[in-house]
Amino acid sequence: MTTTGFTDGGLDAYLQAEQGGFALDSAIQADRGQVVAVLGPNAAGKSTALRVLAGLQPLTDGWVRLAGRTLEDPQTGVRVPAQHRRTGLVPQDSLLFPHLSVLDQVAFGPRHQGLTRALSRARAAVWLDRTGLDRLASRRPAELSGGQARRVAITRALAAEPQMLLLDEPLAALDVRAVVELRTFLHHHLRDHDGVTVLVTHDPVDAMVLADHLVVLDRGTVVQTGTPAAVARQPRSAHIAALVGLNMVRGRASGTTLHVADAEPAIRVITASPHEGEAFCTFAPTAVSLHPQRPVASPRNVWRGTVSGLTPHGDAVRVALDGRLPLLADVTPAAVAELGLRPGVEVWASVKATEVHVYAA
Amino acid sequence: MSPPGRRRLRPRSAHGATGAPPWQLVLPALVALSLLVLPVIGLLSRAPWSTLPERLADPAVLDTLRLSLLTATTATGCCLLLGTPLAWLLARADIPGRRFVRALVLVPLVLPPVVGGVALLTAFGRQGVVGQWLDSLFGVRLPFTTVGVVLAQTFVALPFLVLAVEGALHSADSRYDDLAATFGASRWQTFLRVTLPLALPGVASGAVLAWARALGEFGATITFAGSYPGTTRTMPLAVYTALNSDFDAAILLSLVLLVVSVGVLVLLRERWTTGVAA
Amino acid sequence: MHRHVQPRTVTTAACLLLVAGAVSCSSVAQPADGRPAELTVFAASSLTDAFADVEHTFEAEHPDVEVEVIVDSSSTLAEQVVAGALADVLATADEATMQRVTDEGLAAHRPVTFARNQLTLVTPADDRTSVQSVVDLERDGVTYAVCVPDAPCGAAARALLDLLGVDAEPVTEEENVRAVLTKVTAGEVDAGLVYVSDAEAAGADVGVVDLPRAGEVLTVNRITALSQAAEPELARDWVTLVSSAQGQRVLASYGFLPAP
Repeated sequence: MTTTGFTDGGLDAYLQAEQGGFALDSAIQADRGQVVAVLGPNAAGKSTALRVLAGLQPLTDGWVRLAGRTLEDPQTGVRVPAQHRRTGLVPQDSLLFPHLSVLDQVAFGPRHQGLTRALSRARAAVWLDRTGLDRLASRRPAELSGGQARRVAITRALAAEPQMLLLDEPLAALDVRAVVELRTFLHHHLRDHDGVTVLVTHDPVDAMVLADHLVVLDRGTVVQTGTPAAVARQPRSAHIAALVGLNMVRGRASGTTLHVADAEPAIRVITASPHEGEAFCTFAPTAVSLHPQRPVASPRNVWRGTVSGLTPHGDAVRVALDGRLPLLADVTPAAVAELGLRPGVEVWASVKATEVHVYAA
Repeated sequence: MSPPGRRRLRPRSAHGATGAPPWQLVLPALVALSLLVLPVIGLLSRAPWSTLPERLADPAVLDTLRLSLLTATTATGCCLLLGTPLAWLLARADIPGRRFVRALVLVPLVLPPVVGGVALLTAFGRQGVVGQWLDSLFGVRLPFTTVGVVLAQTFVALPFLVLAVEGALHSADSRYDDLAATFGASRWQTFLRVTLPLALPGVASGAVLAWARALGEFGATITFAGSYPGTTRTMPLAVYTALNSDFDAAILLSLVLLVVSVGVLVLLRERWTTGVAA
Repeated sequence: MHRHVQPRTVTTAACLLLVAGAVSCSSVAQPADGRPAELTVFAASSLTDAFADVEHTFEAEHPDVEVEVIVDSSSTLAEQVVAGALADVLATADEATMQRVTDEGLAAHRPVTFARNQLTLVTPADDRTSVQSVVDLERDGVTYAVCVPDAPCGAAARALLDLLGVDAEPVTEEENVRAVLTKVTAGEVDAGLVYVSDAEAAGADVGVVDLPRAGEVLTVNRITALSQAAEPELARDWVTLVSSAQGQRVLASYGFLPAP
């Protein structure tokens, strides 16, 4: 993808800033109309990146350029204050102003761009209509559900018609149904937004569904960039693989067998296609089946493991297995009951070779 | 629904597993309560009930009350106008010597009111540091005027308001202020449209405290503004004067002040008087 | 392993302390033999300096006695006596305030008139222009102070100003005559009506303005031993001393007029 950013509305940023105990050091670029997702675990520096882009925190070095305008550059001493950056921020927890009605929330941005109260309310009404929230116009934030509040917060940012939309964990702290609805809502409205969107999340599904471009951040630094599909297909570290929700093994491939280095006795993974040399192989948790005893039927990838944790994952349960080959397996709740899965229980895991993808390291 | 085969039981109080309040706490609490209540009972029992109607009809009584209410409310208004920005500076702005400024704000709180009055005289009296210039340049004299009363009351009540508002601002979420900035609001617009509305309960309770303090102010008023009926003799001063000539009148005035103060506080209800410590 | 002090022990101890303290505070301490006796004299503010002198003389004549002179407005003191204050002698600046005490039957004997006083007009020492005669009080912007009407000096001031036909209202009514004097010496008002004795006591701190017809509004100083006195003998001794030639000389030196 092009990373020009200097032309016509795009974002070109290189962020170096201090926050708490670590330093942020990350490049973020997007063309106008694109959505770039910053993916990483908590405390990776994602929220700091947003604050810096919004102008709420200064850079220690680097630059922020948006639509050809330099917003910040410590070396030349340029720093455009937050008020003048034409950004729209959707914070974690929505952060709706408690004393304003939904209409006045959404009108807040236009109001402070110079519109009169009447005009800003009119613009707000248009936006609420567009996002299907017009019937909530006179409600107070305390009367809204989590999902509704989040949608109002997004509408509020959109109504300011910003050049750069900043979303901080937009789907966090919502119940499952609200998440699904909101993801659709976001997908729809982000597509229509003609500025740059920077979306910060720890959930890879958000990134996959909503983003055109992905920046994976860990402890303040970039560990991989690319389109979501490319990163998911070929994560460059076990960590990223886990982040995007994949099992990954690294080793030396010879034909369709991948030998894990320094494993005694040897661990072998049978892959879907042949390869030679240093390689990664990945397979989805959904491709892993669990058995109470060693299975005798076809799969040639079989390993023993001990359950170390169970977490809900959508409709399934993600089982973390410890052992010679740490794995993630997605099973149904019924299977959990049937197999009596609890931390400490021993199971056998198997994966079909056809589900194991291999690529060069 | 009661369990099957059982009669419905009357609901019991919610002491549950922790039991009734311990006597070690109840006893001192009762003593405290009686300390607060007995003087009021004393007032009520010694009041000149038989002559009450004609005494109340005396225009001097109403005049004094009017003066007290007028000055206390004006002083509270001054506290709000002057104290809120000061509280904002202390809570939100990064000014040098903030601790020193906050200590200054506390001075009227710890100063005996009479001492406050003397201090006001040295500053704003006719020979005062500022007062003499006010007099010679503008012909403005503050002692012995109603304005002087408002000044004295504002002086003693200001710390209450500043502390309450500062507390409210501290506990308020400054993320809202940041968010408002990203939407283009200047610091002044943010203060007016976001910070202040969100801190309003704290501001209101501070105002109530300040009003009550101003209404009851005596030492600074009598020292700085003097005592003259209709101009500077507020209710507390009138009670003091009456004490030395007509004790029944003193009791009556005390009762009137008590009823008015409690009435206003009850009207404003618990909403405004709790949350003061915040 | 360590022991806590039981909470119960602490609270019981605290309660006992409280009770003990209350009991010991409420009883009036009686002086044991060998300790000096105390004589408490309530006196009108105008008598401050004169009675300080009398106190010296009295203590010289009664070596084992400590005299405490408490000054305030006569009406304040009278109210306090009526309310049960522990005083042995009361000296007022007019008859009306003494009347309050005698009406309650609190005087040990018929009160004695021991001096008279006269009002005068004082101004701040460095006051260059403002007030040079009583008529100046009526000028725009001129401020003056008097006592509250219930105090003897206040009542007398009102009467005198009415007599002179002066139409100006004071800016403040102080609780006692010394407070009026303070307002004047501090320069906060242009003039004040005080007793001649107060003007004498203030000396160079005030300027004095002639007050016509002041002799027509004299105040009488009355004194009595109180029936509730803890030291009735000493109280009568004080009254005697004040009324004696010696006492009269002291009073005269402070500007008081002799009793009729």
